[in-house]
Amino acid sequence: MDAKRELLALLSTDARESTEDIARQLGIDADRVEELLDELEAEGTVKGYQAVVDWENTDDQRVAAFVELNVELDRETGYEEIADRIARFSEVESLRLVSGDYDFAIEVTGESMQDVSQFISNQIAPIPEITQTVTHFIMETYKEAGIDFGDRDGDDRLSVSP
Amino acid sequence: MTLQPNDRMAGVPESGIRKFFELAEERDDVISLGVGEPDFSAPWAARSAAIHSLEEGKTSYTSNRGMADLRRLIADYSARWGLEYDPDTEVLVTTGASEAVDLALRTFVSAGDSVALHEPNYISYEPGIQFAGGEPLRVPTSADNDFVLTPEALAAAGAEEADVLVLCYPNNPTGAVMTESEVRAVAEFCVDHAVDVIADEIYAALTYEGEHTSIATMPGMRERTIVINGFSKAYAMTGLRLGYALGPAEAVDALNRVHQYTMLSAPTTAQYAAIEALRSCGDAVEEMTTAYNRRRRFVLSRFEEMGMDCFTARGAFYAFPECGGDDEAFAEQLLTEEGIAVVPGRVFGECGKGHLRVSYATGMRELKTAMNRIESFYTDQ
Repeated sequence: MDAKRELLALLSTDARESTEDIARQLGIDADRVEELLDELEAEGTVKGYQAVVDWENTDDQRVAAFVELNVELDRETGYEEIADRIARFSEVESLRLVSGDYDFAIEVTGESMQDVSQFISNQIAPIPEITQTVTHFIMETYKEAGIDFGDRDGDDRLSVSP
Repeated sequence: MTLQPNDRMAGVPESGIRKFFELAEERDDVISLGVGEPDFSAPWAARSAAIHSLEEGKTSYTSNRGMADLRRLIADYSARWGLEYDPDTEVLVTTGASEAVDLALRTFVSAGDSVALHEPNYISYEPGIQFAGGEPLRVPTSADNDFVLTPEALAAAGAEEADVLVLCYPNNPTGAVMTESEVRAVAEFCVDHAVDVIADEIYAALTYEGEHTSIATMPGMRERTIVINGFSKAYAMTGLRLGYALGPAEAVDALNRVHQYTMLSAPTTAQYAAIEALRSCGDAVEEMTTAYNRRRRFVLSRFEEMGMDCFTARGAFYAFPECGGDDEAFAEQLLTEEGIAVVPGRVFGECGKGHLRVSYATGMRELKTAMNRIESFYTDQ
């Protein structure tokens, strides 16, 4: 694996490592790590660095929902155009075009179920190309971004072994 | 006196690791770099297959040699290192690689035989040789030579006269690996002096720079080598106790003769897990190996920064730095003062003195804290 791919793999596991610690783990200079980070950002490969938060552990009121969207395309309007309109809402956390029974899968967050429902009915549903929305409120998160919230595999090894 | 252990038993001391285990167990705030097993759990697909086999009621013995599907998959897997063995006659599934080592020693060592083993080395070989009635012949290796076994070291120890050599690379405790040419040189020595080899290659998949070379692939070696491997390290399946031995048909027949009377067959549940591991867990192994490699480089660079001499370990999940004094006192103080457990090098043989075995089979977060504490302890000394 070249250094850039290794760096990307490491960041995907833990983006909070210091440049020095990343350098130690990849066996390259800290300066080289900074260079590669700049490259990855400039070329648009790395879009951001975010914490994976279990909001249940905070006092914040936060409700999230997956919403299925069906759209009808015409000559002037393609998926890209519709996606562009939807993506601009800050309530929309993720937006994907998917195969199957519906077209877009979006994740929406708000402070309450009412908040989310209103957003869908006032902002998303009225978009002319959208023919149907189905909202699934998220009841419980067990795993996100590859991280298991349950911490199921504890370390039960003997403290010293041959 | 009743129940008096026999002479073979009586000559074998208790493991030096025991003391550190007890010291570390006394407190609950220890970060342990003293563990000889992966910090990962077995890949879920393998665990899941084991559970499913239990649900299906697969709780009987298997054939002595292990399930046919598993032997076939093991033979296919071994081909990555150029090892070609017939799954029907040249593969034996065992209860951990440990059973395979014991079987090989009991099968091929006659009373009074000289059995060479390089040191520092895994702590079970010497007792195993003694249980089998053999005479251990210690062959020191050193940091000057990256803990690689050489024909010169073998000759210096008088191993021309040895009947068997126990070879373990990638090595526990040093993390040393041997290159193809280094293995070739040892192979030539063994062919020239008619030394059989028990090659414990349990860490083969954890080779980080270059490829693992099995001594059995060297000219003239297949017929005189038992290759041992297993699922404990690469697949993080230590507790499932599953390993295997590869060798010429007649030799495996002989191993199986001991195995069929003493073990009957390896654990059935573990065999189902292993089948799934070989079928679908290659990616999981690669992920774990990548994580170990990152930690390896991290640990090595931290030792370099703190000025602790440490040769470049390229395999397993151990570093073997020099602590600059008495390793046992160092390890004991490090544990009591800083709450970091490592294993003193002398536990693995006389020539391990002055070294520490530092296992990096621990999460990065703990590893960072542990290395900082080792640094402050080392610089304060």
